[in-house]
Amino acid sequence: MIHLQTARRWLRKRHSVLPGFGLTLGFAMLYLSLLVLIPLSSLFVKSASLSWADFWNTVSDPRVLASFRLTFGAALAAALVNAVFGLIVTWVLVRYSFFGKRLVDAMIDLPFAMPTAVSGITLTALFVKTRGLGKLLYDWFGLEVAYTPLGIMIALVFIGLPFVVRTLQPALEDLDLDIEESAASLGATRFQTFRLVIFPAILPALLTGFALSFARALGEYGSVVFIAGNQPGKTEIAPLLIMNKLEDFHYREAAAIAVILLLASFLILLFINIVQWWSRRYAI
Amino acid sequence: MSIEVQNIRKTFGSFTALDGVSLTVGAGELVALLGPSGSGKTTLLRIIAGLEQSDPGSGPILFHDEDVGGRRIGDRAVGFVFQHYALFRHMTVFDNVAFGLRVRPRKSRPSDALIRHKVDQLLQLVQLDTFATRYPHQLSGGQRQRVALARALAIEPKVLLLDEPFGALDAKVRQELRRWLRRLHDEIHVTSVFVTHDQEEALELADRVVVMNEGRIEQIGAPDEVFHHPATEFVMNFLGQVNLFGGRVEEGKIHFSTVAFDAPEHAQLQNQPVKVFIRPHEFEVGEFTDGQTCIRATISRINSAGPNVRLLLMAETGESLSVELPQERFRQLKLQAGSQVYLTPRGLKVFGDDYVI
Repeated sequence: MIHLQTARRWLRKRHSVLPGFGLTLGFAMLYLSLLVLIPLSSLFVKSASLSWADFWNTVSDPRVLASFRLTFGAALAAALVNAVFGLIVTWVLVRYSFFGKRLVDAMIDLPFAMPTAVSGITLTALFVKTRGLGKLLYDWFGLEVAYTPLGIMIALVFIGLPFVVRTLQPALEDLDLDIEESAASLGATRFQTFRLVIFPAILPALLTGFALSFARALGEYGSVVFIAGNQPGKTEIAPLLIMNKLEDFHYREAAAIAVILLLASFLILLFINIVQWWSRRYAI
Repeated sequence: MSIEVQNIRKTFGSFTALDGVSLTVGAGELVALLGPSGSGKTTLLRIIAGLEQSDPGSGPILFHDEDVGGRRIGDRAVGFVFQHYALFRHMTVFDNVAFGLRVRPRKSRPSDALIRHKVDQLLQLVQLDTFATRYPHQLSGGQRQRVALARALAIEPKVLLLDEPFGALDAKVRQELRRWLRRLHDEIHVTSVFVTHDQEEALELADRVVVMNEGRIEQIGAPDEVFHHPATEFVMNFLGQVNLFGGRVEEGKIHFSTVAFDAPEHAQLQNQPVKVFIRPHEFEVGEFTDGQTCIRATISRINSAGPNVRLLLMAETGESLSVELPQERFRQLKLQAGSQVYLTPRGLKVFGDDYVI
């Protein structure tokens, strides 16, 4: 019976006030193809002109491997930092009202809006060890930030923060206060209430924010190249390596490195979708 | 365990939610806080629970003669049931009910086997034992509220507080759940206070009803008492439909509309304005006048769907009236819209500015 109904629903188009399913679907497909699918597949085509051995040689070159390690490592570290501190920032923004809250809320989006090169140069100027904040860090703690992996991570934290905050915000706003009150009435401590009731409820959103921030950090170029210093094997990120290969007219090798990054991004997106599907299992 | 609160005040900014409320609930009683929205009933419940703090200068909150005013809700041993269930949606029904036992400090936490046994028992009590592995979103509203109740009972509360427990449910489910809750209460006898704005629910379910308005208690009494002997105009008005007449007391008689009634107990009053309330079922409907005590009216609308027939009428003096009469009487009189009838009040309630007849 249920099967019959489902089948019928699939066969007969559901009535809708706004017509145009066929037209809009066609447009969406064409648009996505032109904008996303064709450029990306040409990337695969380009790298496919390399033999397997050449492909392998390119991506297993020590310099390339080092750049992958750096890119994935720094992106992962930055995403983790963003997950933790993004959660705190979001918590404050959602839970409390204070003077200037709207301004702080608007500030979250600044890393989105600023040209990445501008943020890169600003961060570099701030963190070089010869002056300003960078000098303090160097003098007091012996920390070098600019031109080290730490600097790269800071740049990636900077551009990734809005992803975490903006995905967490609606999830936290959706949480009803009476859930916490009922946990408290059942004798849960404040920490238990957070750990057992609030955290599981926002975990899917947090994971999504983490993955988005990670994916963005993998491909980030503009804000990183200035603070990185770009020493081969040490502070050279994969996107920069691609640029270098292009400048040397090694198009196929550049494409090979790009394919690895692309696959990584694709896996992350897959992960996001699985998380979202999983979290819908107990959506009310 | 008995509950006693004295002189509770609570303000939110310039709004006074509770204006010196005192209330005693006996051990094992089921009491309803009844009032319109904004009357302070939910605030009072939340203060008893410990979810809200009363203003400084308020009296104590006593559970079995012990002041719990300074304690957090978790230390008051109250079970609280929310209007929108407040279930943990990422937990199964079983885990929801077990929550209160599992969060206890290790020393007082029951063993897993004991928790399992207890939760199974509670789920049986609320007739949801076959739903233990479901998630809240797989249940109906009534089922969810029963899970919430089982969860609240799991911590063996001394006091059960329910905030509009049936407010979010369909009329039919609400009625079933109401009867079920009454049976449950007769079984377990835990001191219970519930908030409602539905007078029918309060009158049917509660041992005693506390009628609240604008942060004050208007009347406390058994359902029968508050319905038949309302202490104030507000209670009369709030508990069911009324017809209101402006009248006056003169020489031991109450005059309103075209009728006059003897009121010998107020012979000393001269020309005092009063308000006269008559419930719709307290009219005798007749085709002929019987002299002094009739109000002549024209039927403007008839609604005969239901156990009683409800008439909307226009009195010749201009008041719009609502009258209820049994189906047989209605058929006997062969009434139609537009017919003229004579109404004889059988019972009436008179309120002056500061006295009640």
